[in-house]
Formats: sequence, C-alpha cells, structure tokens
Amino acid sequence: MKEKGRFGDYGGFYVPEVLIPVLEELEEAYYKYYKDERFLADLDNYYRHYGGRPTPLYFASRFSEYCGFKVYIKREDLMHGGAHKVNNTLGQGLLAKYMGKTKIIAETGAGQHGLATAMIGALFGMETKIFMGVVDIERQSVNVHKMKLCGAEVVPVECGTGTLKDAINDALRYWTAHVEDTFYLFGSACGPHPYPTIVKHFQSCIGKEAREQSLEQIGRLPDMVVACVGGGSNAIGIFSGFVDDKDVRLVGVEAGGKSVASGNHAATLVAGRVGILHGAKAYLLQDEEGQVTETESISAGLDYPSVGPEHCLLKDSGRAEYVAAEDDKVLDAFELLTKKEGIIPALESSHALAYLMSQKGKLPAETVVVVNLSGRGDKDVGIVEKYRPVN
Amino acid sequence: MKSYKEVFSEIDGAALIPFFVIGDPDFDTSLEIIKGAIDAGADILELGIPFSDPIADGPTIQKADIRALDNGITVVKSLEFIKKVKAHKDIPIGLLMYYNLVYQYGTEKFFKDFHDAGVNSVLIADLSIDDADEVVGPAKAAGLDTVFMVTPITDEERIKRIASKTSGFIYTVSLLGVTGSRNELSGRIEELVAKLKGLTDVPICVGFGISKPEHAAAVAAAGADGVIIGSKIVSLIEANLGDKEKCVESVSVFISEIKKAI
Repeated sequence: MKEKGRFGDYGGFYVPEVLIPVLEELEEAYYKYYKDERFLADLDNYYRHYGGRPTPLYFASRFSEYCGFKVYIKREDLMHGGAHKVNNTLGQGLLAKYMGKTKIIAETGAGQHGLATAMIGALFGMETKIFMGVVDIERQSVNVHKMKLCGAEVVPVECGTGTLKDAINDALRYWTAHVEDTFYLFGSACGPHPYPTIVKHFQSCIGKEAREQSLEQIGRLPDMVVACVGGGSNAIGIFSGFVDDKDVRLVGVEAGGKSVASGNHAATLVAGRVGILHGAKAYLLQDEEGQVTETESISAGLDYPSVGPEHCLLKDSGRAEYVAAEDDKVLDAFELLTKKEGIIPALESSHALAYLMSQKGKLPAETVVVVNLSGRGDKDVGIVEKYRPVN
Repeated sequence: MKSYKEVFSEIDGAALIPFFVIGDPDFDTSLEIIKGAIDAGADILELGIPFSDPIADGPTIQKADIRALDNGITVVKSLEFIKKVKAHKDIPIGLLMYYNLVYQYGTEKFFKDFHDAGVNSVLIADLSIDDADEVVGPAKAAGLDTVFMVTPITDEERIKRIASKTSGFIYTVSLLGVTGSRNELSGRIEELVAKLKGLTDVPICVGFGISKPEHAAAVAAAGADGVIIGSKIVSLIEANLGDKEKCVESVSVFISEIKKAI
C-alpha cells in the first residue's frame, strides 16, 4: 500500500494477507482516477442526470417552529434510490468500470446501499451480489425486492446476529475467495484502507453543496451541522464541507436503541472503546476480552458495532460531538417531520431529527442548523406501523 | 520447551500440524481430543482462540468458535488450556487469533503470558506485515516466533518482506479463500512451495482446504515442511457432538491416517 490509511491512530488495513493485493489494486486505481478529468466528467454526468444532484437545501419552517430555531434540511432523500448511498455507488461503480471489473459485491444493512449497488450494477451491466443479514432481510423486505428487480442476487447471511456486521463478514469472506475478478463496493466510510478515504471522497459532494447553498440561501454558514452515524458515510460527507470552518458545530447522532444505559444500542462512539474489526482500528462495542457484542437499533442502517475511523479522530480531537438518540425519540421525530413538512424520513435520518427535537428551547431562535436527511422513509413505513399504528 | 526447529529436523518429510479451536465443543472435551491427537502422531499444534467475527474462516470454524464461546471459553481460560496441553506433552504450539483479542488483553502482556504458558509462535489472522511493527517487536521480546501468511497471489518482492518478518514457519495458504475442507486440492501448491523454497530458508507449512490423506501426501511430496489441517478435523468434532469418546476417537483415527500418508 502507498498510504497507511490512518486518521490519527485509527483506520489502517487489518485484513488477512490474501486481501492485501486487491486493496493495493483498489488504492492504485483510486489515486489514478479520482482527479482524472474524464472520470470526473463521467461521474458528474451520472450525478446530475442519473442520481439527481445537486439536492436542495430546504428551509423546514414548520419543523423549525416546533424546535424554536432554524432548521435547513439537506435533501439527500431525493437522490435516486432514496438515499445518499448512490453518491458512493456511482463513484465506486465507475471506478470498477474503469478498472475493467465486471462483478461487484456489496454488504447492506437497511438495504439502501444494497439497492444503490444493485441499481448501478444494472446501469453498468455488472453481475451483482448483495450480502444481507437474515434479520435485515426480514425487516427491509421492500428493498430486497427492489434489489432483485434490478437483477442482483441477494445472499442471505445467517451467521452471527444476521445484521450488517455479519453481512460485512460474509462479503469479506466471499471477496477473499474471488479477489481475482470481483470488486467489493463498500458502503460506508469504514472498513480497511482505502475505503474510508474513497467513501468520504464520493460523499463529500453533500458537504460541498450544503456549504455553497448555505452561503447563497442563508447568507452565512450554519451554526451547527447534524447527521446520523452508523458507519458514518453520510455524516462524514456533510461534515467534510464544514470541518475547516471552526465555528460550525458538527454533531453526529448514533443509535441509542432502547437506551445506552441498558446496553441495547448501537452507539459506538458514545459507549464503545477502541478495538479492531473489519480491517480498521476504531471505537467498537465489545465485551471485556474483545468479543464483539450484539447491537440493537430500530434502524437496520445504524445497527453496527464499529464506526468510521475519521469519526473516531473527530471525536477525540473534539472537532465533532457524538450523541445518541433512543428508538422512542426517533419515532417521535419520524412522525413530526412527516406531519409538519410532508417529508417521510428514513429511520436512520430520524436520529438526527430526534437530536434537533431534544434541543428545543436550548438554542437561541436565530440559530441555523443544517441537518442531513440521508434517506427517505418509505422503506420504514411497515416498521413504524408496528410501533405506532395509524388509525 | 521443544522448538519448531527441533521438530522439523527430527522429521523425515512433512510435520503434521492439526488445527483446533480451543474449547470446541467445551473445555474438557477439547482437551481430551487434543491429547488424543498428540498421541496419534501430531507433531505441532495450531490452536485458535475463538472470536465472534472470524473473517478469515469458513462456516465450519465459525461454528466451532460459536460452540466454544457459548460453552464459556475465554482468553484467560485459553491460557490454562494450553498449560494443560503442555503438561500432557511438550509439543510446539502455534497460536492463531484475531487482532482485537490481543489488543484488548494488552499486546505485550498477551505475548508474555502465552509464551509462559508454552506457546511457540503467534499468527494474527487479520494482521499483515504492513502493520506488523505493532506486534513483531513485543512478540520477539516475549520469546515468540511470528508467523505470517503467504498466498498464491503474493508477489516475490512481498514474499521476501514477509519472510524477513517471519520466524518459526511461513503459513502458506494453498488457495484463495477462507478456511474450509475442499474435495480437490489446489493445483497451485507445488509451484508455490517451489517458489517459496527458492526465496527463503524459513520452513514452509501449507494449509487451507487439505482434507484427505492423499491431499496431505501431495503437499508433503511438493516439499512442504508441514501440513496444516483444520476444518476437516473440526468437522469431525461437529459430526460427533454429544459423544465425547467418539469425538476423541474419530480425530485420532484421522490423525493416524494422515500421519501414515505423509
């Protein structure tokens, strides 16, 4: 590898030897193309005309009225596929295409990354396999169906807890056996180097746009930028636009599950300690000896015991703050945004909204907050119905 | 304490190195199985500490990890386990685990404690030579050999770098993929062993996918210094769960057959 892939001491590439050559190949291809004019023109074309970039920055006046400060929503939920995930799959998919790869694999939790991968698999004519935990297949069946419609094979993962962590385990195992012809399209800004760097790069369009739009529409930078954090790709994407603006507070909201105190949660940065999983040194939810513990969250997309290495550094340096939102508050936020604005947010993104609701009465009225609405909630309607039936 | 060097020089042909998950299916049965394997002719033991997320392992060893963890094995109990194995016979032991277990225990203390328990070498499944500086120094200081893997797609320049960080033996992966029994042996072994022998003097042991006496014989004939067999043995334990004696017996019988073949 040319680079160490470190964010402070976090990150790296803790993988079996057999994966080293293929990560080297990926790193080389990434640095060859990421500033290449033809590649960028191609990507820009797909972003605009296939994906739907730029996404709007929307002033949510009625939601703001509830919170008591100004809330602007970065509408990644309007991206093709219903989430920010396609920013990354178009980028990595194009990279795979430039590398001459014809087979792609991916892991998925909520199914959003799986769907975004299946979409570009169809778009670029690539054989696509999506690894998904059996628990997630059950709770995100609509996305499973969509992936299949796009022509992808959905591989059910039964081992472990049947969630995102196990889907990554099995995708890595499959990749180990098929390194010679398969591109692993990793979905979040975590995993071994160079993925955290690559995924952040392809998600940085969110932050770049949001910053420009803030200056243009509000006439100044926001006071605070908020995003949900599972692996952390939508958060690092929007944070990247503001990280150098020292006066802008960055807040990442993790899955508090039942509650952090109960142990039934997925709030890695809030409650974990440093460990090594899936190729990276990062905060990790684990027992005393280092066995990875089970996580719990109402949102499959945040149900992950580790987190992107750059978030770990942002936490330690104090540049970003990380908090947790509990399932119950998340459902409140889901309902409130839907009722006040007619926008159905993904349960993942609802974590960021739940944090805003918790700040009601605590922030001055002139405070401007930009929240990343990373995905839309159509996929979650069935889950919400179970907890909060609509008459 | 018996060294790898002594074993490799005593044996004509290849050393037989069975792999076991410590505590599979439970502490006592696991200990009896391993004692039986030693008595049946194992020359070196490769012992794995179970981990919740073993990304380099196929379904057979994943299940063994879960069985052992469910039955209460811990890193601390693994130390006790190894001491009991060594009390049965002074046989070299290679320890295999995932990095997080070492890191959480404290790297230096982990190596010291396991060395003192009787371990000869450590192999960390998810640590390549690129990040090896975190472990090679402390391992050597504790008196342990450091084993790293070479695969069929490792290039020559990297093989030399791996060999320079490796002591004890090089763990040569016979195929691309995770651990698990295969019906056919990888066609790349002979070529790979010959290439390695031309590049380094470190002994070469071959593993992954070896499940039959004829596979083991072919690996030995290819010039390997050792044959590592894991998933096949673990699957014998899995097939006889609930019958301790049969577990012990089926593994010993298999070990004897392999021993004869090589």
